[in-house]
Amino acid sequence: MPDSTPKSRLDLEDLALHEGATVLLRRVLSQLATGEWCEVCGDSADLASQLAAWCRKEGLRCESRQGVAGTYRIESAGPALAIHTSRGNVSETAALNWGLAPRGARIEKGGPDFGFTLRQKRDVWARELNAIYSQATANQWSAARDIPWPELPKLSTEVESAVGQIMTFLTENEFAALYVPARFIPRIHPHYREVVEVLAMQVVDEARHAEAFTRRAEAGCAGLGTTATSGQLSLKTLLEEPDFTTATFLLCVMGEGTFLTLLKFLAEHAPDPVTAMLVRLAHRDEARHVAFGTEHVRYVFEREPETRLSMAAAVERRSQMLASISGLSSYVHDALVVFAGGGISVSQIRTGSRHVAELQREMDRMRRERLQSLRFEPAVATTMSAYHTKNFM
Amino acid sequence: MSTSSANRALRIGAVAYDPKVVTIWEGFKPYFAKHGAEIDYVLYSTYDAQVDANLSGAVDVAWNSPLAWVKSQIVSRGACRAIAMRDSDRDLTTKIIVRASSTLSKLADLKGKTLAVGASDSPQATLIPLGLVADSGLDPRRDCRVLYHNVMVGKHGDHVGGERDAAKALASGAADAACVLDANYAVFINEGTLDPGATRVFATTPPFDHCNFTTRADLPEQRVKPFLGALLGMSFQDPEVRVFMELEGLKRWLPARTSGYAQLEKAVERFDFFGSAASSARS
Repeated sequence: MPDSTPKSRLDLEDLALHEGATVLLRRVLSQLATGEWCEVCGDSADLASQLAAWCRKEGLRCESRQGVAGTYRIESAGPALAIHTSRGNVSETAALNWGLAPRGARIEKGGPDFGFTLRQKRDVWARELNAIYSQATANQWSAARDIPWPELPKLSTEVESAVGQIMTFLTENEFAALYVPARFIPRIHPHYREVVEVLAMQVVDEARHAEAFTRRAEAGCAGLGTTATSGQLSLKTLLEEPDFTTATFLLCVMGEGTFLTLLKFLAEHAPDPVTAMLVRLAHRDEARHVAFGTEHVRYVFEREPETRLSMAAAVERRSQMLASISGLSSYVHDALVVFAGGGISVSQIRTGSRHVAELQREMDRMRRERLQSLRFEPAVATTMSAYHTKNFM
Repeated sequence: MSTSSANRALRIGAVAYDPKVVTIWEGFKPYFAKHGAEIDYVLYSTYDAQVDANLSGAVDVAWNSPLAWVKSQIVSRGACRAIAMRDSDRDLTTKIIVRASSTLSKLADLKGKTLAVGASDSPQATLIPLGLVADSGLDPRRDCRVLYHNVMVGKHGDHVGGERDAAKALASGAADAACVLDANYAVFINEGTLDPGATRVFATTPPFDHCNFTTRADLPEQRVKPFLGALLGMSFQDPEVRVFMELEGLKRWLPARTSGYAQLEKAVERFDFFGSAASSARS
């Protein structure tokens, strides 16, 4: 016969259930094994009825103690079945029944399936995640606070128009770089929280860049420029890539890697301190994004060297999709020439054109170098770099 | 019964008072199949439609509100059977609450006062507490001003919105008293609809029971048995069904009992709730 002697006692005094008595009740009951009883007494108004309603909702048996007014017995259902997890142990496969719990938490069994599709460590992981995240949080800046807007001089109409056009181009690329990780975040199992955190910071960075670049265009007399269909088509192929590793490779390694060279170029040729500061700060952020992409791809290549072939094929496939597009939009090209030359005189255009040609060569050189650091054969790296979109991102 | 209906999956009727009803029954389906009791479910937008469907054989088992159970028995002249219910369906009470400063002390004091209730067809927030008031000698419809909160009429008060609106009417001063289910009283205080200490319990109904699975009495036992066995064997500790049990608001399924519907039966008759439908069934 089961032992019905109360294993613990709880005096609620005049504390009513809506005043917090349930906190004490749950604490006491959680200490008991299934089937053990707790004796509860109290003299708050309507305690019997409140206890009965609460126990019914909790699925607990509650009895009045015969002959003792204000005293009740509640049978414990025991602690909820839970999975114990480890903070430090990052599994190769994340369990479906973890829900949104952080590593290290106790997780009640039977939670809903969130359907995270990226739940293999290989799918998303990278080295240096903690360092990248720490740098990201430490280096957040504000377009309103950290940019010397009052120092913006009045530029010639031609140069200001070029700045506006370049800012337009940068902004749409920033949006692409925002949407790609944002699409993947809700698919990543929170067991790999470090990856989610890094990507979330990436999204924040890109939102800030988009705001800052738009603001720069609008701060001058020219305003925003024109968005070319060719550029949109190029960016759309990035957004449509369904595989996380491939999308990360195309965006962070190939695209944002190329953008690092572009931002450095813009800083060197900036016609004013505001533009220079903006692109320098954006460069610092983009370098982290490239670091994440490179480290993730490296992590995958170390385990699956053959994935290099898929990445090379993805670059070629994207190139074929965009084969009919003439290359960098003329709006952007021409704006870069005027920007780098400092104006539209013949000599300025000649100088600007030379700088832009050098920029494209430097972009190619840096891409090849980055690809070789990922152990692509030099010839393959050269081909891949040549296939990379002429739209930079 | 045709051969095809004898062999088909057991059809459960349920009222779609919330989108989660689909989640719950989609979740339960594989459990029943795994335990040798294949089921399908059919959703209705009102309990009236579900009662008709059950009595006409369109479904085999109806997950009925207490009012739908009472109606099933009236219309079928007692030819229905309650087979199971949730642990949380037993021994509910409704509180009639007033503001803490109220001078009301007995039910008869409600004469001439405004009493906030839930939807007109809510057993717990309307019919049963109005029955309690009637037991005191008042006719609530004549002697009081009954302030209905008709959220989702036809769904028998399954949606808590009507009850919450009744509590809000009390808090705002639009009503002198409000009827709320015991468990919801605590919820309304915890969520901030009612300020702690601002109200007090004025009267409490005797315990009553809530939903049950209803079948026609002529449904063959071999159709009911596998379903009932699987249902009563369902465990809250089973990760495959736990989340659906949470959504359905129970820890255990229990065999049904019909002793907890007397107050509702009395209220339905007293207020002639089903009108001609009940009269023609009785004649």
